[in-house]
Amino acid sequence: MPKRLFRWQYALVALVFAGLVLLPFSGDAYYTAIFIIIAIHSMLVIGLCLLMGYTGQVSLGHAAFYGMGAFISAILTVTYNWSPWLAMPLAALSTGVIAYLIGLPLLRLRGNYLAMGTLGMGIIFFILFNELDQYTGGPSGLPGVPGLSVGGFSFDTDFRYYYLVWSVCAVMLLVSWNIIRSRTGRALRAIHGSEAASEAVGIDVPQFKIKVFVLSAIFASIAGSLYVHYLSYVSPNPFEFMFSIRLVVMAVIGGLANIWGAVFGTGAVTMMDQHLGTFGELDVILFGLILVLVMIFMPRGLVPGIVGLWEKWKNRRTKAKA
Amino acid sequence: MSSDQLAQYLFTGLTQGSLYALIALGFAITYTVTGIINFAQGEFVMLGGMLSYLVLDDLHLPIAVAFLIAVIAVSLVGILLERLAIRPAKDAPPVSLIIITIGAAIFIRGMVQQFISKDAVPIPPFTGNGTFSVLGAVVTYQSLWVIGIALVSVVGFYLLLSRTMIGKALRACSINKRAASLMGIDARNMSTLSFLISAALGAIGGIVIAPLAFTQATIGVALGLKGFVAAAIGGFVNLPLIVAGALGLGIVEQLGGATLSAYKDAIAIGALLLVLIIRARWLQTAAGSE
Amino acid sequence: MKRVLKKALFPGLIVLLMVFPLLAAVGCGDGGEETTPEATSQVTPTATAQATPTPTVAPTATPTATAQATPTPTLETYKIGAVFAASGRNAPLGDPEKKTAELLEKQINDAGGINGHKLDIVIYDTESDETKCVLLTKKLIDQDNVIAIVGPTSTGESVALLDTVTKAKIPLVSCAASYKIVQPVEDRYWIFKTPQSDLLAADQIFSYAKKQGITKVATICDSAGFGKNGEEALTMEAPKYSMSIVDKESYGPSDTDMTTQLTKIKGTDAQAIICWGTNPGPAVIAKNVKTLGITLPLFNSHGIANQEFITLAGDAANGVIFPAGKIIALNAVPDTDPQKPVLQKFLTDYQATYNSVPNTFAGHAWDAIQMVVMAMTAVGNDKAKIRDYLENDIKSFAGTGGIFNMSPQDHNGLGPGAFLMVKIVDGKWTAIQ
Repeated sequence: MPKRLFRWQYALVALVFAGLVLLPFSGDAYYTAIFIIIAIHSMLVIGLCLLMGYTGQVSLGHAAFYGMGAFISAILTVTYNWSPWLAMPLAALSTGVIAYLIGLPLLRLRGNYLAMGTLGMGIIFFILFNELDQYTGGPSGLPGVPGLSVGGFSFDTDFRYYYLVWSVCAVMLLVSWNIIRSRTGRALRAIHGSEAASEAVGIDVPQFKIKVFVLSAIFASIAGSLYVHYLSYVSPNPFEFMFSIRLVVMAVIGGLANIWGAVFGTGAVTMMDQHLGTFGELDVILFGLILVLVMIFMPRGLVPGIVGLWEKWKNRRTKAKA
Repeated sequence: MSSDQLAQYLFTGLTQGSLYALIALGFAITYTVTGIINFAQGEFVMLGGMLSYLVLDDLHLPIAVAFLIAVIAVSLVGILLERLAIRPAKDAPPVSLIIITIGAAIFIRGMVQQFISKDAVPIPPFTGNGTFSVLGAVVTYQSLWVIGIALVSVVGFYLLLSRTMIGKALRACSINKRAASLMGIDARNMSTLSFLISAALGAIGGIVIAPLAFTQATIGVALGLKGFVAAAIGGFVNLPLIVAGALGLGIVEQLGGATLSAYKDAIAIGALLLVLIIRARWLQTAAGSE
Repeated sequence: MKRVLKKALFPGLIVLLMVFPLLAAVGCGDGGEETTPEATSQVTPTATAQATPTPTVAPTATPTATAQATPTPTLETYKIGAVFAASGRNAPLGDPEKKTAELLEKQINDAGGINGHKLDIVIYDTESDETKCVLLTKKLIDQDNVIAIVGPTSTGESVALLDTVTKAKIPLVSCAASYKIVQPVEDRYWIFKTPQSDLLAADQIFSYAKKQGITKVATICDSAGFGKNGEEALTMEAPKYSMSIVDKESYGPSDTDMTTQLTKIKGTDAQAIICWGTNPGPAVIAKNVKTLGITLPLFNSHGIANQEFITLAGDAANGVIFPAGKIIALNAVPDTDPQKPVLQKFLTDYQATYNSVPNTFAGHAWDAIQMVVMAMTAVGNDKAKIRDYLENDIKSFAGTGGIFNMSPQDHNGLGPGAFLMVKIVDGKWTAIQ
């Protein structure tokens, strides 16, 4: 019986994977573009899942790291004519350092204080992006961010960019998966279970928390850089507080205990967002309603929820047979 | 900065802070009794303003009646929220409950934008536009209403919690739900009650500030945020500290605005973060867990 | 069983939402449901016969009483895309824009369409979100096969579309304000805009203030796009009028009390206050000014050129002076002004359909759509030709925002005459010199 479950799961994953790989060949530019955005947002949500799901630290200001990566990449490439391939790692590094410096005092806060702290951080950075307009271009932003190219090959079509961002996303998923399966991952889960108990067995709790925080910030920064090179434009507007909240929604809807949930949740929420437009004026209302309903019926998120349903169905079938 | 100007900043801060106090107490009561951070709190405030606008504009009733109707209506919304959205998800992890309140907030906002108005709408001041001078600051009658009604509400809230049986039940629930139910208190009813109270507090705030600030479907987010910040200062449970935090936030906001208005919010939040971090450190050293 | 079904329903829907499009995309290889491929490149023979150079008045659809035989759809539909922020923070701007688009579509089709072709304006709501705007624009280009795009509502969204629109080689007429949308014009080959430039508004304010003998001003601008651009415009233009800005204050678009900033301004030697933002901020400021007993003249930007400002600010609105598109103070516009009949008709039609007065933003959408329709009438269904027409053949076009003269160097096309200085007296707009 377990074998059958296994096969079905693999089949589904293979199907989705095939779909993802083949999508741009359909020639549908609109869906290709949507999935580029899903990949970029997934990078943010993967980091958030690690942070929230595995260490239990909530971050209501993740858009700030997204914005940092975006602006540093944009400013270096537009104003100082750096190569994007130098700017992106520098942005990631800087964001990591900033995350480290902010994380040190912030991660000492617990629960709601931490939520408040990250929220505050998000707001402060948004204001900075907006006000430091000699560098950031203010609300009107900086147009003219160059695209990405390697040697003669340039990622200037959505088709090519799609594979670029999904490859990066896949790498991040693998990195995260490795962390979770390793000793570090077990330590993280211990921390989520109980910080006091973890400390008692000798886990250096603050160090782990910071590491995950910094890693999630780096992922976010890379996402930000990829975003601006895609649009060839940056402005503070996408990095507002409500977007941080949306990231949390995507993470929880997907399922915090599972990094595949990150991609799934991002995809589900993004698709829902795009398709609710067919209901015209009611789209916002429906969005809120669906959020509520999904959380009521699948409180641990879609991935655990669907898997749970599947297993229940399987169990019923085998029970019926017995 | 002249003393007149300082007085003005302080007074405006006090007025805004009174509003934040009402919102913050709303967060506090739901959090302590149910453990949920209700992200729809800001929408209660918005609904208070928008519904009283509806009553005034469409039914042309006097402001006192509109006030009452709006507060009752929003309290009902609070009850509905708890019954329809929160209660069915009782066993969900806290973060999922938060998402439910976020979804509810989006839903409420969307409904108001769709069925009432997308624009900002005005409400006439309760007793006219008159002003007078206090220590060099210009004080409007309406801001006195804000401070006054907030004060009455806070005192009423405190009395409810400390002097009435219901208040005792609420407090019992917030300390230990299981023990409370062993004593015969229905935790579910208390949960509903806490949402009712927080909705009422929010609505009162929304109505009373609307003549000064206008009301619009989108104000819930920013106001909820400020109330959340104020509640965080008091750790969500320490009520006097929460009120002090709210007033403090209001004042720091204005002082920050007077210094560098573009960074007003950043200064206020930065100050708050500093307070939180210092407090956490102080608590840690006090507990000796270094 | 019912419970399982109930439980399965919603997640099932979500899974379908995610997986189905993937399958569809992979399977059919063509996500578009409708539109014939020919719509994109064909120039129907009838359309090209039009002569273009004379200054044109937009083909305003005259609704006739007699049942006009609308040519049957044997001719392909002409499609224009529109992305407006009909909800979210820019809804007060985007929603009237959307309504205008719907109104015009109906009017034009009732009058027989564009040379007999039915006009279809596909409108999407960006929710004031840049990312969403980009995605929806790609949808318009790729799935809906539109030939030109009107909108978006905000500057951020407009500049975000630069890359998409340039790569797709499709003309865009934006309804957003900043000059950065159309400059540097070498990089804005496909992009035009209809709102008047902030610089012009700033000029108008300063030149009027100068006439009143004012030399020192304080500014209070909102920190979002419109306000910041305004602050920039004011800073740039002030020296040209020997004005000095003694204090620059700022407020958040959702702030509800600006007495602090105004108290600070009160303490400076400013002789006038210039406020720049969109409602409700300026209304709050007007009220605060009155409450604080500040008697300095209060100037505003064209962002308050709508009835809402007066409704919100009430008595405090009186005395406020600002540059307005002529749509606001129509009675002050002489009958000889070519804009008058255009404005009159727009006002009447909009009011009749929606029971409310159109604001300047609705006007921007009107201008944008009319220009595209004019181009289509002249050159048909060709993106490049429409772009060329917009750049070269829009001359002396009387729109709601002003008289447009587009050129290869100027993709906005408006000059100083676009604004009228208006003062609010007794709750009404009156033109002043």
